[in-house]
Amino acid sequence: MNCDICGKKEATVHLTEIVNEQMTKLNLCEDCAREKGAQMEEHFGLSELLSGLTDMGTAVEPEVAITTKCSNCGLTYQNFRKIGRLGCSECYEAFKKELSPLLKRIHGADRHIGKVSLRGGKTIKDTRTLQDLKVQLEKAIQMEEFEEAAKLRDKIRDFEKKAKAKEE
Amino acid sequence: MTKVNIDDFLKKDSEWLKGTGPNSDIVMSSRVRLARNLDKLAFSHWADKKQQESIMNAVFDAARSVNYLKDALFIRLKDLNEVDRIFLVERHLMSPEHTKDVEFKALIVDPKEIVSIMVNEEDHLRIQVLQSGFNLMEAWRIVDSLDTELSKKLWFAYSAKWGYLTACPTNTGTGLRGSVMLHLPSLVFTAQIGKILQATAKLGLNIRGLYGEGTEASGNLFQVSNQVSLGRTEEDMIDNIERIINQIIAREETTRRTISTKNREALVDRVWRAYGTLKSAHIITSNETIALLSAIRLGVDLGIVKNLDRRMVNELLILTQPSHLQKLEGKILNANERDMKRAALIRERLT
Repeated sequence: MNCDICGKKEATVHLTEIVNEQMTKLNLCEDCAREKGAQMEEHFGLSELLSGLTDMGTAVEPEVAITTKCSNCGLTYQNFRKIGRLGCSECYEAFKKELSPLLKRIHGADRHIGKVSLRGGKTIKDTRTLQDLKVQLEKAIQMEEFEEAAKLRDKIRDFEKKAKAKEE
Repeated sequence: MTKVNIDDFLKKDSEWLKGTGPNSDIVMSSRVRLARNLDKLAFSHWADKKQQESIMNAVFDAARSVNYLKDALFIRLKDLNEVDRIFLVERHLMSPEHTKDVEFKALIVDPKEIVSIMVNEEDHLRIQVLQSGFNLMEAWRIVDSLDTELSKKLWFAYSAKWGYLTACPTNTGTGLRGSVMLHLPSLVFTAQIGKILQATAKLGLNIRGLYGEGTEASGNLFQVSNQVSLGRTEEDMIDNIERIINQIIAREETTRRTISTKNREALVDRVWRAYGTLKSAHIITSNETIALLSAIRLGVDLGIVKNLDRRMVNELLILTQPSHLQKLEGKILNANERDMKRAALIRERLT
């Protein structure tokens, strides 16, 4: 079978495209497929995939989210939606609300439990313990183990008190 | 900066091409990379020229203090011509992406070509370690210690909740991507590969062609890597990839055994036909070369071809790439000239 585009070379790539709800099959040689592939990449890149993800769940995104801007680098949430990349590390804080569900959708998790940065050091380890305690507390409440929950609540209070004392 | 000479790479094999290490008949190489960014500074795509330059300088300064990198080459990509840049891509030292808009892009690479650091790619730093064979955990150990060394000098963007912060949210968390290059000729030959690739994708791994993102699988070579980077520890992620890869390896091994007993003549025929073509062709494309070398590699692994070793096949795979050919010839060659030069080189090497 020869290629549908150039008609010269042997077709080795078989593409199925859906255009206007109509399915078309294309048989292409490798060279034409590569060109075709480049076109497809253009109208279906990573940023589209990402904005697809951000659209999920919330059909209409509130105006506010779109115009939110990172005060450190000037990137707007709309910029992010378009290019699929954030502007700087502070964007994570600026778009926290939008990013949290997005990260969860991408990774199936929204909390880092890997390597602790050298600079973060002790505070981060403390935060992690605190987060763990809170998760345990939620579980205990769900399981209606109130005695355990009370213990955990006290532990968390202690922890937070100590952290506060350190800050001051 | 002094003129950097990358031609020395041409005279020797990269460490990862040695064809040694665990399961090196099926796993060509293992790679682990970490994405890192400097705190609060605009990510490379969003930074202006001045910021990009200061990011590059900061990374260079920090890297010079790392003992492991004391003999490393510090390469500014604007100092290289197009052929040299693609040459580095062909050696798997950097991504195709890194050959574009090169003004403040840089590459730090150690002489053994085990460690390379891309500066101002998608993230400020992409630190990668390449190993021959199935050696992900070792690659992780090396990259982990490099990261720790660098973080003594550089303030990496990090949040307690989300870990290392990257330009693209698909890398947030550990910033880790572990990948292995698999040679799976018998799974392709017996048409089992489709099912295996599907299953692998369902288990959270990505599969790509020889040169990473967006490239086709040629020569029965597949690059498999983890998809998610958040919510698991680095060791856990590596362990997960290893477990799945081990199963693919086992399947390829069994199939190889089956083919070489039950279908031996067809296999031997295929291997020697490939050898014959390579040995006598006068014009040959890169794609045809990769496909035929795949058959020869299998022949070497199964003891059908005895006068070659895996290292020589690996070496040919890289040397016959377009930029390598042009560097060997010392001048720019058009596609047709390359196909002739490639055929000549292969005839000379296959004895």
